[in-house]
Amino acid sequence: MADNVSHRFDRLPPTPADRVVSERPSRQEVLEWWNERFGVDPAVFEDYSFWEKGAGKLWVFAGDVPTPITVEAVGLTALRVRQEHWKPTTDAVQRFGQHATKNVIELSDSEARTFIAGEDQQLAWDGDWGYLIVSRSIAGDTEPLGVGLYLHGELRSQIPKGRRREIDE
Amino acid sequence: MVLSRYRPLIEEFEAFLAACERPLPSVVRVNTLKATVDRVREALDSGGYAYESCEWNPELLRLETSRPGNSWPYVHGWIYGQEEVSALPALVLDLKPGDRVFDACAAPGSKTTQLAALMEDTGTLVANDANLGRLSALRSNAERCGVTNCVVTSTDAQTFSLDPFNDEPFDHALVDVPCSCEGTIRKNPTALDEWSLDRVTGIAGVQRGILERAVQMTRAGGTVVYSTCTFAPEENEAVLDHVLETEPCRLVEFDAPLTTRPGVTEWNGEQYDPSVQRAKRIYPHLNDTGGFFCAKLEVDA
Ligand SMILES: C[S@@+](CC[C@H](N)C(=O)[O-])C[C@H]1O[C@@H](n2cnc3c(N)ncnc32)[C@H](O)[C@@H]1O
Repeated sequence: MADNVSHRFDRLPPTPADRVVSERPSRQEVLEWWNERFGVDPAVFEDYSFWEKGAGKLWVFAGDVPTPITVEAVGLTALRVRQEHWKPTTDAVQRFGQHATKNVIELSDSEARTFIAGEDQQLAWDGDWGYLIVSRSIAGDTEPLGVGLYLHGELRSQIPKGRRREIDE
Repeated sequence: MVLSRYRPLIEEFEAFLAACERPLPSVVRVNTLKATVDRVREALDSGGYAYESCEWNPELLRLETSRPGNSWPYVHGWIYGQEEVSALPALVLDLKPGDRVFDACAAPGSKTTQLAALMEDTGTLVANDANLGRLSALRSNAERCGVTNCVVTSTDAQTFSLDPFNDEPFDHALVDVPCSCEGTIRKNPTALDEWSLDRVTGIAGVQRGILERAVQMTRAGGTVVYSTCTFAPEENEAVLDHVLETEPCRLVEFDAPLTTRPGVTEWNGEQYDPSVQRAKRIYPHLNDTGGFFCAKLEVDA
């Protein structure tokens, strides 16, 4: 099997059988993961391709460019793979999280402020442990906000440093 | 004073100078990839923010806060802080979903994210900038806005290569060049401190190179929009005049929903191609905005 080249973007193979770079996940596995973990219908990603840069960082892309390609970014960072628990990004969850039907935790206003400030908090949750989509209510509907890691009664905020905020309102 | 060189170009010159002294209101654009104008208004209302819509574009809201970044709509990627007049060039491109679009000087991404929204996040948007530090701001802005149709590159736009893209030309290009920024004086009162004619002349060379390359990479019949936030004809009409001569393209008329003045055909003894009048100059006193220049070119078939 070939090695991964770190500075370029490669489109994911359609299925595990098409794999040429060892450990590179296939598009099929990515769609299955979104479906198993968050109940996202694979049809949601029908018009998107998935790309890997380096070992384990996946990007989701709506456009059309040749593969491989050496550029700074191809679409949106989507998830971190090649580790035991795959982890979605804040940006992917904000963009696609409204299609999730499970492992979504809706926070109250004060809990959401704590979460977006980057702080961990004790919370009751009787669903799965691991990475959850964190949402809140805004303008009459729920809207995904980011990713939390739920373990031992605690929701750990995964909001990246540059995106943490003390909300003024 | 630098601005007095434009006295011969501007009627109501005193009103122009007075407007340049006034600060600009803070404006945000609704990111229609993630929210509707109605939902943003509802969220701002319940957050206790005061705002009004810009008359010419309901997606632009003048917001009474100096820190829109600390609001829920911002955190959700629903709004983007962007100067009102700078929302014009992306609209002038007349994009359709599915287009291939080049944004030659894209960072920090206010127009890139607007282009992506106008393309409904389909097709392919290539956003380029020569400055790596500014590119990281572009990337995080595009990601916060949920843009998925964008490829980011970091090269000198004067020598941009289509090789990595299988030599496929673009349908449209936005050429929002680096400039002497005279028109940003309301936002940045020190904008003219570094001004010199040498700088203007030097930057005009880069502007010509970037515009020429963008025209070369756009398909026949495609459109290129050239914009600056400066008044200097050296960086505006003179650049257009040069590119009309070196590349197969022409200036076309377009409608602008703001009060504008035509491009000037004469400056400091130089004469420009009469079609530069199709470009539009926007002075701060005309619409109570920053200063701006915008031209639309069509590539010859
Ligand atoms: C007016 S700003 C662009 C603003 C941007 N279009 C927006 O709407 O947010 C001009 C940009 O041109 C970039 N630049 C300067 N020289 C360049 C070159 N030769 N090639 C590409 N980009 C260049 C600068 O780094 C700067 O970010």
